[in-house]
Amino acid sequence: MKEELVTLTIDDQEIKVKKGTTILQAAKQAGIDIPTLCFLKDINEVGDCRMCIVEVEGRRGFATSCIQKVEEGMVVHTNTQNVLEARHVILDLIISNHAKDCLTCTRSGNCELQDLATKFNISKVEFEGERAEHKIDDLSPSIVRDFNKCILCRRCVAACKNVQKIGAIDCINRGFESCISTVGDHSLKDVNCTFCGQCIQACPTGALHEKETIDDVWIKLKDPKAHVIVQTAPAVRVAIGEEFGMPIGTNATGKMVTALKRLGFDKVFDTNTGADFTIMEEANEFIERFQESENLPMITSCSPGWVKYIEMNYPELLPHLSSCKSPHQMFGALLKTYYAQKEGIDPKRIYVVSVMPCIAKKFERQRKEMQNKEGLYDVDNVITTRELSRMIKQANIEFEKLEESQFDAPMGEATGAAAIFGTTGGVMEAALRTAQDTLTGKDLEKIDFEQVRGGDGIKKATVTIAGKEIKVVAASGLANAKEILEEIKQKKADYQFVEIMACPGGCVMGGGQPIKSSKIRAQVDVRKLRANSLYSIDEKSTIRKSHENPIIKKIYKEFLEKSGSQKAEELLHTTYQKREKYQI
Amino acid sequence: MKTIQELHQIREEKRKELDLRVNTKADTREKHILVCQGTGCTSSKSPQILEEFKKIIKEKQLKNVRVIKTGCFGLCAKGPIVIIRPEDTFYAMVTPKDCEEIVQTHIIEGKKVERLLAKDIDGTKVNSLDDLNFYKKQKRIALKNCGVINPEDIDEYLAFDGYLALEKILTGMSQDEVIEEIMQSGIRGRGGAGFPTGKKWELTKASEGKQKYVVCNADEGDPGAFMDRSILEGDPHSVLEAMAIAAYCIGANQGFIYVRAEYPIAVKRLEIAIRQAREYGLLGKHIFNTDFDFDIEIRLGAGAFVCGEETALLESIEGKRGQPRVKPPYPATCGLWGKPTLINNVETYANIAQIILKGSKWYASIGTEKSKGTKVFALGGNVNNIGLVEVPMGTTLREIVYDIGGGIPNGRDFKAAQTGGPSGGCIPKEHLDTPIDYESLKEIGSMMGSGGLIVMDDTKCMVSLAKFYLEFTVSESCGKCTPCRIGTKRMHEILEKLCNGEGTSLDIYKLEKLATNIQKSSICGLGQSAPNPVISTLKYFREEFEEHAIDKNCRALECKAMSKIVIQEEKCKGCGLCQKSCPVGAIEGEAREKRIINQEKCIKCGTCLASCPFKAIG
Repeated sequence: MKEELVTLTIDDQEIKVKKGTTILQAAKQAGIDIPTLCFLKDINEVGDCRMCIVEVEGRRGFATSCIQKVEEGMVVHTNTQNVLEARHVILDLIISNHAKDCLTCTRSGNCELQDLATKFNISKVEFEGERAEHKIDDLSPSIVRDFNKCILCRRCVAACKNVQKIGAIDCINRGFESCISTVGDHSLKDVNCTFCGQCIQACPTGALHEKETIDDVWIKLKDPKAHVIVQTAPAVRVAIGEEFGMPIGTNATGKMVTALKRLGFDKVFDTNTGADFTIMEEANEFIERFQESENLPMITSCSPGWVKYIEMNYPELLPHLSSCKSPHQMFGALLKTYYAQKEGIDPKRIYVVSVMPCIAKKFERQRKEMQNKEGLYDVDNVITTRELSRMIKQANIEFEKLEESQFDAPMGEATGAAAIFGTTGGVMEAALRTAQDTLTGKDLEKIDFEQVRGGDGIKKATVTIAGKEIKVVAASGLANAKEILEEIKQKKADYQFVEIMACPGGCVMGGGQPIKSSKIRAQVDVRKLRANSLYSIDEKSTIRKSHENPIIKKIYKEFLEKSGSQKAEELLHTTYQKREKYQI
Repeated sequence: MKTIQELHQIREEKRKELDLRVNTKADTREKHILVCQGTGCTSSKSPQILEEFKKIIKEKQLKNVRVIKTGCFGLCAKGPIVIIRPEDTFYAMVTPKDCEEIVQTHIIEGKKVERLLAKDIDGTKVNSLDDLNFYKKQKRIALKNCGVINPEDIDEYLAFDGYLALEKILTGMSQDEVIEEIMQSGIRGRGGAGFPTGKKWELTKASEGKQKYVVCNADEGDPGAFMDRSILEGDPHSVLEAMAIAAYCIGANQGFIYVRAEYPIAVKRLEIAIRQAREYGLLGKHIFNTDFDFDIEIRLGAGAFVCGEETALLESIEGKRGQPRVKPPYPATCGLWGKPTLINNVETYANIAQIILKGSKWYASIGTEKSKGTKVFALGGNVNNIGLVEVPMGTTLREIVYDIGGGIPNGRDFKAAQTGGPSGGCIPKEHLDTPIDYESLKEIGSMMGSGGLIVMDDTKCMVSLAKFYLEFTVSESCGKCTPCRIGTKRMHEILEKLCNGEGTSLDIYKLEKLATNIQKSSICGLGQSAPNPVISTLKYFREEFEEHAIDKNCRALECKAMSKIVIQEEKCKGCGLCQKSCPVGAIEGEAREKRIINQEKCIKCGTCLASCPFKAIG
């Protein structure tokens, strides 16, 4: 069908655009950049900040270009003195109520407000006045909220309420006193927040950021008695380069490993190895449950935001959750047992740092279930991709120029199956590869499960393994998770295996990943670029099935005996609990 | 459920019975004691008066005397008001203790209680309501039944042609015919903006969609405005009937009345009215035995001014935070839950049945060329007759303030009138003869608004006035868009600086710059009109702003921080009265000598000004 076109004039240029295009998009097509602040494509299109105002001939007042659609014959002016002055006043007003401590702000250099201030040449604030003072909420293990930097664009609210369907935050109070907060203005730690961190990804300024814990890493790195091990999650390697100016989705594994070694970690290991263990355990658990038809569908458990979500919202469905710990937790547990034993290091001296694309992992690490009998936690510190990039910058390492190097032996080898853990559908695909071989007893060549790849929020498929049909679904984003859970709860679905990741698109789009501005997000499919990079790692890997990883084989042989053994249960599996949404 | 015949019968019988309410020469032996039960009179014990009358009538076993609760009579300054029909005797400021005397003297002995008769401004006692100058220039259409009927009795509404308009359209007019009639009448929205009502109905009818809604905006929020409340309290069925008419025209079957929870009496009477209308089959299925179904639900507002803005109101009905939506799309195409929705204000609805019954020509003959019909104003401030007035469009401000309002008290001069509340502007003395209609008010920098009309005498400082309105806007801004959220706050801060004597002429420049930009860039009408009080005061009273900024002087002596009270040496006779009157001992000087004010001690209370027989202090 031929698409309907609309002809309009923007700043004297006549252009044709598709019907239903916004004035903002049309201007972009005409090469005109209209400033925005509250706009976040597909997520927050509300016209609150008023930066994107333009004049439309014949219309009273300004039009809101980010939401108002083009009309045939429309004449738009984006750059009149009227518009420029109004935008300048609006930006000035926003800045007048903003804590201007850019020097010490975590978002300095990647702040949409700062960018606009530079662009508008705001050298002095004309309308200075009272600033609304807010207390900082840094009580949760994952997120810090500093509303002295909030510009009330409500992108975070939209991400939480509309994208994730959580609604942990919304606007409270009115007028100048308005601010984004929780039920009863309580700390995020006491409300229904899952710590997915999508709000941080949405925030244009430094009002929301992760709870930074790199100072503790520096202290341990300086401590000669500590044996400091770092492990990095699959999604980190395809995003960290962005913090150093590399194209989105660059696979920077080698440089990242070199940088970690330079930072002084005693060992640089790969969480992917942990992911291979997860596959072994999860595939085994699935086969058992599938054969026994017990608690089906089985739902994956490696996304801690998701786990917190189901604990709070669907405790009755907890038996469906796989008992597997997430990869970095499994790996941490092995480091403090098998590795410690093997290397003859007192586990108490081992300090495990996980570099994760995720901020919910900061919460997961502290769960009491992740503590062993001696009181040791599997993992001692979780830092995000962003925090790692800050450490590298602090250490004056020129990342782009680094040589590439390999993860350390003996626990640095991993498969392609583990790499794709970082994207939606990847855990499912990796598990199916192992389950397929286990059930058939063969080494099958067909290992790409295209049906569960791609950016859709919900991907359903039926796969045939050893003559048996298995209905699977991979969902990412908690709104989609909710949809699947409702189906399960109402017994409307007959899935056997469900993969859920809290963040839309999976770990590559995690709350701890490099933050992309609204402009970039409007133009580039960041998820796709990062995910493709992971699939390419998988494709190039010599070993692409977890059960074929020699380290895995070795450790099962020497230490764990077999999947699902008592030792494996103790170290690699966990339990869940019903969790109150509001502890207030 | 009543049949059309039954309704006609009720109407006829009841009309006869109630003839004395509107006819001083009614052929009856009955007497009706009407006691105002509007919010104003209720707050000064009118419910006790009502009970007291009932008790006395019962004790004295008086036949043919009925005590009736009514809505507001309008002249709130004289409340609580009691009117005795058919002779139309107006008793003002009645207390429960007066009831016995009224019954004894008036009802039993047939003489008037002289001491309670309402007095006009010149002091003459008036015998009947219609003799009051306050009522002479009024024309009551929207308020027709207020003060006449018992709002809690549907039969009384029926008696005065109630639901006849609905019957007329449902049994004999097409949707387009009705819309055409409304269009021809020229009525425009009474909520403030003045959009042609017929046009709005036509647009909503034309919008595609199976499900449509009719909404009544009863979230009257302008400070000082209370006409919608009075209509709901005094004549709730007029709104229900009009909503049903509107619903028929646009093809809706569900209506919502969004009324502020601060209007408990209005809410209660609406609930009663809806219940009674349902019992009579005037709401519900197959109204007047036709295919037309319509019902109404009440939604309570929680006190946010912005919820009077139509899209914020819709958000609130949907259960969301009350904040406006960006328009277009307008509610006519995308309203409640995304469905085409017609929103009219209470006063607009109150006119509809009359237009249908008396015809668009009749309605269009009232008012000016572009503004037809009447408008209800809530007259307040420095004016003698505070209350509700309904006048034909085109009545001048002078007529309202002086003829109806009785002029300015205490012999002071008129300085300005504020119309349209915090969204409006002020009208100075030179525009007193402006005929009040949508266009003229806009032309002189104000707006009709919902009809608040606050009169100010020459003791008012216009900078403080602007500050007062901005304070209101700042606290009522919803916080959604930047210009309104932060901009109005900054404007208020600047006005505060000016009033504290800390401003400069640069501040006036900033104020104007903010005002024009907030006006243009805010999302909703509240933000867009928030700077109006500043813009209009700057337009007419700029020199006062400059005096504040440059001379640090407030001529009205309202801005205490700046005003400096001095004794003019040449006029002072040394009488010492000022010294005696000063509460803080700030006036110094020996007996029979000229006095001086110690500025450090002076608290600028102004007591000395009043005490000086030689007008030497200023």
